[in-house]
Amino acid sequence: MNQNLIRAVEERHYKSDIPQFGPGDTLRVQVKVVEGNRERVQAFEGTCIGRSNSGLSETFTVRRVSQGVGIERTFPLHSPRIDRIELRRKGKVRRAKLYYLRGRIGSKSIRIKEKA
Amino acid sequence: MATVSGLLGRKVGMTSIFTEQGNSVPVTVIECGPCSVVQRKTKERDGYEAVQLGYIDLKAPRRKDKVARGEAGHRGRGEANGPTRGHFEKHGGAAPARHLAEFALNAEGDEPAAGSSLTVDGLFKAGDKIKIQGKSKGRGFAGAMKRHNFSGQGASHGAKIHRKPASGGATDPARTFPGARRPGRMGAENVTQLGLTVVEVDAGRNLLVVKGAVPGAPGGLLRIEKAKP
Repeated sequence: MNQNLIRAVEERHYKSDIPQFGPGDTLRVQVKVVEGNRERVQAFEGTCIGRSNSGLSETFTVRRVSQGVGIERTFPLHSPRIDRIELRRKGKVRRAKLYYLRGRIGSKSIRIKEKA
Repeated sequence: MATVSGLLGRKVGMTSIFTEQGNSVPVTVIECGPCSVVQRKTKERDGYEAVQLGYIDLKAPRRKDKVARGEAGHRGRGEANGPTRGHFEKHGGAAPARHLAEFALNAEGDEPAAGSSLTVDGLFKAGDKIKIQGKSKGRGFAGAMKRHNFSGQGASHGAKIHRKPASGGATDPARTFPGARRPGRMGAENVTQLGLTVVEVDAGRNLLVVKGAVPGAPGGLLRIEKAKP
């Protein structure tokens, strides 16, 4: 009973248009940003290095290396600030969290094989 | 005159939802009402103005004839006994309820009729400030660190005590002053949380969604009241 009532409150916040993706996949996340009183969509592209939590509070982390500096952003999966998530490339990986990428330097060593 | 100032309810649990701006807010879901109006207390008769509300109906008695205690078919926990039924019948015929509580009346609006049912609909709306009273989770016999936020002692450097209350106070008076903070029973007491905000009201499911945490475990009885303006 309890879980059903909580689900009822959460229900309208769930998104239905989220693509199936996991760690290793290359994503392009279209984020809504507010500049002054104007709202526009900004893209953040990188490798998904993990998903955590569950239900409405599920998040995913995207990592990209920009000008030699690693940048990681964690987004709430169902956040209304995310316009859409585009799946660019499926990656072949063997673990759920790709934290080992953080120690890698150079474009070759952070490469992930594409899923056949 | 008079709408009721609050209702009884039950904590369902916590989750987090998103605002229109996209911020994630932690919320508590509360099953609030419906409450039956059991008794109207008046200035003339009782010395003050209030309504007594009932929450969660008791079961109707299973059989009329007397069954000895311990026998099969004896009145169970969910049934009203004779004196309880008498109280409900005397004041307006509301169905016997498990929980009773009195609430003050506000000046404006229609008077709630005895025997009628009150719901969360119309009483609270999103953005309202409310206060919630409930029984906190029992912690049993808790140490001074948990119960009074004492600092405790070091973990290393050969320390032989770690979580003790250490000094009991000054030694000169040769006694302990009353009210010294010591380990002991903690929790399972009434706690009032003031200044909570209503995020959402689901009248169809009798749900109240409140920002932040409220006292007690899921399933615990809560007293939800409008905050004083």
